[in-house]
Amino acid sequence: MPPVTAAPIMRYSGVNPTGRNYASPTNLPEVRNIPVAFFNSLSLPPQGEAYSYRGQKRHPARAGVVFCGKGQNTVSHIIEVQNLTYVYNPGMPDAVTALDAISFSVEEGDFVGIIGSTGSGKSTLISHFNGINRPTSGKVLVDGKDMWQQGADLRSFRFMVGLVMQYPEYQLFEETCAKDIAYGPRNMGLSEAEIEQRVREAAAFVGLSEELLQKSPFELSGGQKRRVAIAGVMAMRPRVLVLDEPAAGLDPEGRDTILSQIKEYHEKTGITVLLVSHSMEDIAKYANRVLVLNHAGIAMYDTVENVFARAQELLELGLSVPQVTQIFLRLRQMGLDIHTDVYTIPYAVKTIRKALAAKQGGAQDA
Amino acid sequence: MPNENPMLRVQDVKFRYDPEQPRYAVDGVSMEIRRGEFVAVLGANGCGKSTLAKHFNAILLPETGTVLVEDMDTRSEEHLYDVRQKVGMVFQNPDNQIVATIVEEDVAFAPENLGVPPAEIRTRIDEAMKLAGIYEKREAAPYKLSGGQKQRVAIAGVIAMRPDCLVLDEATAMLDPHGRAQVMRTIRQLREAGITIVSITHYMEEAAQADRVLVMSRGRIVMEGTPEQVFSQTQRLHSYHLDVPQAAELRDELSKVGIELPKEVITPEACAEELYKLLK
Repeated sequence: MPPVTAAPIMRYSGVNPTGRNYASPTNLPEVRNIPVAFFNSLSLPPQGEAYSYRGQKRHPARAGVVFCGKGQNTVSHIIEVQNLTYVYNPGMPDAVTALDAISFSVEEGDFVGIIGSTGSGKSTLISHFNGINRPTSGKVLVDGKDMWQQGADLRSFRFMVGLVMQYPEYQLFEETCAKDIAYGPRNMGLSEAEIEQRVREAAAFVGLSEELLQKSPFELSGGQKRRVAIAGVMAMRPRVLVLDEPAAGLDPEGRDTILSQIKEYHEKTGITVLLVSHSMEDIAKYANRVLVLNHAGIAMYDTVENVFARAQELLELGLSVPQVTQIFLRLRQMGLDIHTDVYTIPYAVKTIRKALAAKQGGAQDA
Repeated sequence: MPNENPMLRVQDVKFRYDPEQPRYAVDGVSMEIRRGEFVAVLGANGCGKSTLAKHFNAILLPETGTVLVEDMDTRSEEHLYDVRQKVGMVFQNPDNQIVATIVEEDVAFAPENLGVPPAEIRTRIDEAMKLAGIYEKREAAPYKLSGGQKQRVAIAGVIAMRPDCLVLDEATAMLDPHGRAQVMRTIRQLREAGITIVSITHYMEEAAQADRVLVMSRGRIVMEGTPEQVFSQTQRLHSYHLDVPQAAELRDELSKVGIELPKEVITPEACAEELYKLLK
């Protein structure tokens, strides 16, 4: 067996480092839970109606999720973090508590943006979702199960949660892009036909042409390489996709391309996405919930609207707010009676039109 | 103090990494950077902006054309040290630029190598660290610093050589908003101290703070002007795969629904000002 470098293992962090075939899909209970869209694409019948845990029919974007069990709607949260504490170098003089007893949960099918200044614990947190970090105390449940429980099969969790690290293009290593994307599925022990199908599907999600797939990753531009790396994780069909700054270092168009593709993938598959980003503009545009970390704790966890409505607090936490929000904060400081929960351009336009209409209406009344 | 002889003069420069290939990374660029100016260079990935920047202190030499640093040709061997001393460069990844285990030793690295007398080194590095806003951390280990702090150590290391011009090649790309703000503050301080700044960036908001903006596409300079002039041409910027700051985007979207703001509105401050006039 040729030695496999550490880098690709980190990227496809679910992969068995020895490259040994692990288990056939039927041995993995989690495989039953992959979204209906995928079953449809395989022309297999879905395994049941899709209901949310509240018993309602799921939103179309999320209807792809099939719950396991006998029609029980018990699994509502794909990720549940309970009282999680993580300490680097515990017991040493330089021990650092990176996460301090945090609790929150992510509903299946959500698109959660994770923000926080450097050192707030973002990377430490996401490394828990597929078992790179082990909690110092507390629990991280994925699909209701604790990966650190005795007898739990850690590797199956790593197939369930796909992690795309920062600058993942540094971890490409295969001769061709197609082979690189196939690395994860191959290590899952899938058939050649299935692997092929998944590579094509993932490549389509990130807009890689057939021609590019046959090229060496090293002939590609930075943005293209980045997309190959993301496709490699998508090809494992995780139930949760975690991305750490997927647009860092790209030009504005490259940023928009990659983030729109991730959003589209999320909408088409219903897969839960956790996106770590420093860009408030991007979080505002793509996520529907936001987790704000501050000094190893959770400062806010709410819908995008509610988080950006607290723009002043975000600034006090040393975070930036989108430029449009800054404009509205300024207007308010100048004494204008205007909402400051504006975080996207279309909403800003709407708010300004409304304010203008109100002013003109008021003038007519007078 | 505008001086008649420019800091940098680039004339018809062409450069390609592989002489066998027909495509030039820099394909006939002529430009000038005036003394004391803050110039931002924008362009999509692969447009040749970093390649051009590496010509400014003779890391790369033009295939044809000339680059003059205060009238010294970068191709002449005898001027190499002077050119490198006059034009300092800061790169994207802070971890690749720091050599010593203590901040002030790292900052002293260049002056030591230039053979500056020890007493003089002390004054120079103190001055440089203060200017870069990293003086309080002078005895810290660089690996314990944040990205923004490390980048300011790198800047201090260059400033200690007392350059006339500082070239930043996407120096804020790997930083968080806080780190970026720190570095931008430092840049403004350096500019006030009279140092010429050339900043290559993907952040339109940073470019909006410059005196002049150059836009590159396919190895050529395709737009040039004040930030107001450049960012009022949204369509054209989009065609070069670039964006405008969000404040300018709001200006454009408002114009589509019949609310006109002046074209020079490109910063949140100016935008709020104009909206206030409209809505008060």
